[in-house]
Amino acid sequence: MEQEEELFLPRFITTEENFAAGHRACIGCGEALAVRHVCKALGKNVIIVNATGCIEIYSSLLPYTSWRVPWIHTLFENVGAVVSGVESAYKARIQKGKIEDRGVKFVGFAGDGGTSDIGLQALSGAMERGHDFLYCCFDNEAYMNTGIQRSSSTPYGAWTTTAPVGKKSIVGQTTWKKNMPEIAVAHRIPYVATACPSYPFDLMDKVKRGMEIEGPAYLHIFSVCPTGWRCPPEITVEIGRLVVETGIFPLYEVINGEYHLSVDFPKLKSVREYLKKQGRFRHLTEKDIERIQARVEEEYEKLRERASQKTAKGASQNKCAKFMTMDR
Amino acid sequence: MSSEKKGWKDIEIGCVVTEPGSAASYKTGDWRSERPVRDNTKCIKCGICYIYCPDAAINEDEEGYFEADLYYCKGCGVCAHECPRGVITMVEEEEEEGEK
Repeated sequence: MEQEEELFLPRFITTEENFAAGHRACIGCGEALAVRHVCKALGKNVIIVNATGCIEIYSSLLPYTSWRVPWIHTLFENVGAVVSGVESAYKARIQKGKIEDRGVKFVGFAGDGGTSDIGLQALSGAMERGHDFLYCCFDNEAYMNTGIQRSSSTPYGAWTTTAPVGKKSIVGQTTWKKNMPEIAVAHRIPYVATACPSYPFDLMDKVKRGMEIEGPAYLHIFSVCPTGWRCPPEITVEIGRLVVETGIFPLYEVINGEYHLSVDFPKLKSVREYLKKQGRFRHLTEKDIERIQARVEEEYEKLRERASQKTAKGASQNKCAKFMTMDR
Repeated sequence: MSSEKKGWKDIEIGCVVTEPGSAASYKTGDWRSERPVRDNTKCIKCGICYIYCPDAAINEDEEGYFEADLYYCKGCGVCAHECPRGVITMVEEEEEEGEK
């Protein structure tokens, strides 16, 4: 009974939905789930700047909108520039005495293409200038809304329409995934974190922490895409859990340059479990899988070294530790 | 809530959207090929289905059970897959008059 009591989830979160139902995301969209969790954590007092991408497409089809908070659509390449402009304009109007400071927060939303490929220079500039904003990258590992084209965030071995599998190219994507959180860390910004909607409380805590911290904050959110990854829609959440448990996408926070692993598994699962569930990896040979496994272990060990076996202290860890490591 | 499609004459000048969250009136339930059916005797009211619903279709009723709103439910089956007690089963949607 005690366990059941602890598992009562809705007590921890608001029932307010600032991202309205009726959006037209694909069935089982992990990104829509992530946006819903992020919006629950953000609350009403925000201005969202949204780059082109899946989110913008499915949330704002004329004449409908899913947003119950102020929302601006920008292009792929300038979400960093627009969010810094909005923030500066707000500050300038306060300085001139035109408006009162109501503690409005500024948030940038973009996909992995809008972050690591096209929008990188605007984001880099915004982080370098030190604007006070939170940037959420929803990483579904390819350009999904235009039809599954590869991005620099696509992992090694994944099939996409522009990295197809054929007789000559038998692996699909031939390059490794760009480590976007590390690029954000290199800007020496106060807060960088990775999150996944399969761990909802961890995600919401990270969004809140990113908002509270003064200065730029970067949050990289792993968003499962059943359409583009060729997997059944019901395993969206399971895949999000597997990617963390296999160490392919570890959850961590970098607060003022200090690494903290949000959840550390004493023994990582084999990447095979994650890869075999998705059609985009079905062509991989044993040799390729071993290569991916070796790379994942190497990267995870590096990260663990940086965190020096420390786990994130604080409410986030205590509240959801049981939920995260629960045997399911 | 009306699921009637709007024509160009119903759109505001400049394509301004005047109502926040107006997508809530858009029916996505007709995408569904499988509907979630609940057996509330097994339910422990944990709310895992509520928190993992990508479409925000699951709401708590007065008794504390979580019921899917079939107006929005796209039938992804995440709730059935994640439920720790196996309360939810996905049943194939049948062609009914008024439903489709």
